[in-house]
Amino acid sequence: MADATMSNVLKKSGKEIHAAWTKDLASSSAGKGRISASELEQQSGEFITLLSSASEHAKGGDISGSAFKPIRDFLEGISRSRVLQGYSSDETASFIFSLKRPFFAALRTDAGKDADALADQVWRATELLDALGLHTVKAYQKSREEVISRQQREMLELSTPVVKLWEGILALPMIGTLDSARTQVVMENLLQKVVETGAQIAILDITGVPTVDTLVAQHLLKTVTALRLMGAECIISGIRPQIAQTIVHLGVDLQGVTTKANLADALALALKRTSGSLTS
Amino acid sequence: MERIPILRMGEFLLVTIQIDMHDQMALKLQDDLSNAIQKHATRGVLIDISSLEMVDSFIGRMVADISGMGRLLGSETILVGMQPAVAITLVELGLSLPGVATALNVERGMALLRRKIDADGTDDAER
Repeated sequence: MADATMSNVLKKSGKEIHAAWTKDLASSSAGKGRISASELEQQSGEFITLLSSASEHAKGGDISGSAFKPIRDFLEGISRSRVLQGYSSDETASFIFSLKRPFFAALRTDAGKDADALADQVWRATELLDALGLHTVKAYQKSREEVISRQQREMLELSTPVVKLWEGILALPMIGTLDSARTQVVMENLLQKVVETGAQIAILDITGVPTVDTLVAQHLLKTVTALRLMGAECIISGIRPQIAQTIVHLGVDLQGVTTKANLADALALALKRTSGSLTS
Repeated sequence: MERIPILRMGEFLLVTIQIDMHDQMALKLQDDLSNAIQKHATRGVLIDISSLEMVDSFIGRMVADISGMGRLLGSETILVGMQPAVAITLVELGLSLPGVATALNVERGMALLRRKIDADGTDDAER
């Protein structure tokens, strides 16, 4: 019965709450210009309708029941669109929290002079709205993570192009930080390309690799060794002075690996080697 | 018992491993090959593993051993046609096969062998 009050108030004075809420949302600076006023009004109206039907079944801050399914789905949809529109997480959450002021005002009108009942209703409403707000933030976070992981995947695919420079010479310009997963992809791509093209020399260009630590050096060595096992040579080029210093300081043994300062030198060497082997 | 055929091509021997070897077979191959090198006074051996899709540490070591034995008997040994997956496995196993010469395919291997034998005795900086 007490729970029904919230729902009744929403149904009865839903229009007033909606109007006040829309005004609040419009006057707050958050997300101005990124979303049209009419769209915002439509979203808030839908939320109030959903909330009024769901709040009949409210038990404290528990919103995991099936009665809350539509409102959860609605909030997840809102969060997703907010992520795409470039909202921050607090801006997204304040969409829900800003309902409190007009909603509490309506509850107050409804309760009249009964202070106990009002306090009770306000507490219930707060609990419910907090839970919904947190759910929104959670959904927001999830959509953000999805975006990040998708971008990572795309970057991984894009970041390892194997280029044929000359007959029998492949180049692999590497850009970005090297980690185990990336090196694995790089290695597989390169070895596969070597088989396809029958290349004798592969040039690994690390101009775009910001830092080289022992792990990265080890990955590079592994790639070089695998190439050698397949019968191709490997030249590492694009070692910047900074990186050369780091490698020496770390004590990484790059002996037995041909290294050059830039891609041009590496290509010159590769051409010399391939022409040498073609003529003999 | 099954064995791996050893083909003689002029002064070279060609061993084509086309099935997944078990350990006994690998040992037998080692035996046969060292005998064949001795018998034909071979100058070079090509081991083609292009159809081998899996290796373990034993086979990896055996290949290194054959190469070492060949060198002792005065013949160059070249490993040709290793698949990418096999190369990655060997590297992950820590078997980088130092001292084993490699080539992409039989043709390249043959060219490399000829070059090595031509340069025999002279101080060749290559490889």
